[in-house]
Amino acid sequence: MEANNEITGADDIVISIKGLYKAFGDNEVLRGVDLDVHNKENVAVLGRSGTGKSVLIKIICGLLKPDAGQVNVLGQEVELLNDKELQQLRLQIGFSFQSSALYDSMTVRENLAFPLVRHAKHLTRKEVKEQIERVLNEVGLIQTINQMPSELSGGQRKRIGIARTLILRPKIMLYDEPTSGLDPITSIEINNLINQVKHTFNTTSIIITHDLTCAKTTGDTVAMLYEGKFIKKGTFDEVFASDDERIQHFYKYNFIT
Amino acid sequence: MMNSKPVEKNVISKKIDNFFLDFYSATQFIIRFFKELFVPPYEVKEIIKQCYEIGYKSLFLISLTGFITGLVFTKQSRPSLSEFGATSWLPSLVAIAIIRALAPLVTALICAGKVGSNIAAELGSMKVTEQIDAMEVSAVNPFKFLVVSRVLATTIMIPLLMFYAGFVAMMGAYLNVHQNEMTSFITFFQQAFQKISFLDIFSSLAKSIVYGFTIGIVGCYKGFHAKNGTEGVGKAANLSVVLSMFLIFIEEILIVQITNSIRY
Repeated sequence: MEANNEITGADDIVISIKGLYKAFGDNEVLRGVDLDVHNKENVAVLGRSGTGKSVLIKIICGLLKPDAGQVNVLGQEVELLNDKELQQLRLQIGFSFQSSALYDSMTVRENLAFPLVRHAKHLTRKEVKEQIERVLNEVGLIQTINQMPSELSGGQRKRIGIARTLILRPKIMLYDEPTSGLDPITSIEINNLINQVKHTFNTTSIIITHDLTCAKTTGDTVAMLYEGKFIKKGTFDEVFASDDERIQHFYKYNFIT
Repeated sequence: MMNSKPVEKNVISKKIDNFFLDFYSATQFIIRFFKELFVPPYEVKEIIKQCYEIGYKSLFLISLTGFITGLVFTKQSRPSLSEFGATSWLPSLVAIAIIRALAPLVTALICAGKVGSNIAAELGSMKVTEQIDAMEVSAVNPFKFLVVSRVLATTIMIPLLMFYAGFVAMMGAYLNVHQNEMTSFITFFQQAFQKISFLDIFSSLAKSIVYGFTIGIVGCYKGFHAKNGTEGVGKAANLSVVLSMFLIFIEEILIVQITNSIRY
């Protein structure tokens, strides 16, 4: 992104997307998306529901395959990776799901231990326990350690979902609608947590949202997705200073609702 | 990568195309199971947990249905045999029926309903709530953790449940025979096993292994491919029971044909 290139330089691109195209049947979701995300940059992708925001980050982590275009993450072409290489890449990507996607049959402790015991086999039981407690302390939910996901509130589930991804110390964080379905105060807490994660873990992030407050608070850069294409990129103020009717409509609509 | 969107056209009709696509997808699913089965890491803890869930938690239902099956079958067979004065053949007749057909079939049908639907619903709800995707993005192989462990558990536990169901059914039969003829426990079982051959026990074991695999793989396949939210989960559970039962009957016919061609 131009605004950010001046600050960080073009050679530290962590995620590079070129000419991305994805359709489901007749529904063309992404229609030629280009995006560069720089090291330690938070990019907020804004757009209405159904514009392909979530599809974009699912393609980045290899959950979906694009119909056309290139996705380069940490110097690797995602489409060209075999299963083993893709797993290695995924260890460096944290994905916070819109629904939190906590494992229902496991306690919070087991949810956090699940990826850790499989990828950090050198750790002793004591070290696993310490790491789980440390990450839970960082998201401020150590008291929930023995609770089941069904016993948690929406905001707590989001935080635990983020904690579960942080336990593997990812370089990239992908947030899918982190504040959707939350009350304004909990939303602010989640926005603060996203910023805290960036500073504590030095992550590069893409935040998918339709919440203007979330985009403004967490995004160094904001990219506006409309009908499968980015129509404007820049800082929050730059994007919404635009005369573009589609952007202004989105802005007004957000405040009216 | 392609530069333009592929155009999707039906080859025959949408329904027939979907049937063949589903068949192809199921075949790929089974092939993947055998590929992943022998590749480490092995999810031993999860396999043991599933064996407990599938085996131990089905014991009550299997005990009840097995006992009733043995008791009722003996009760219903008695009038026909007594017409020819052949009630002394009852233990052998019941043993043959239970070991060759009833125990494997009753166990499989009960488990298709209880275990198969449970697996499909569990995996289906994990699919629609993105828990399977969450496993995948945290670089854990969900197929190995969820599918391989469950299919292995059903393939191991259903034969064990079948032997248990057979034993309980024989106890039900003994109760009825003892009530009417005052036959002793030892005499009943001596008469019962007189006509049972190694082939009978082996074919029952083979059947229940095949049924166990079928129930596990169908439940996992339907759950793993569930879509359209909670409605899709219900459909997956329902379809898994219907399809498992249908396949079990087809397999029963095939295995009986093979066994009979060896026997006679």
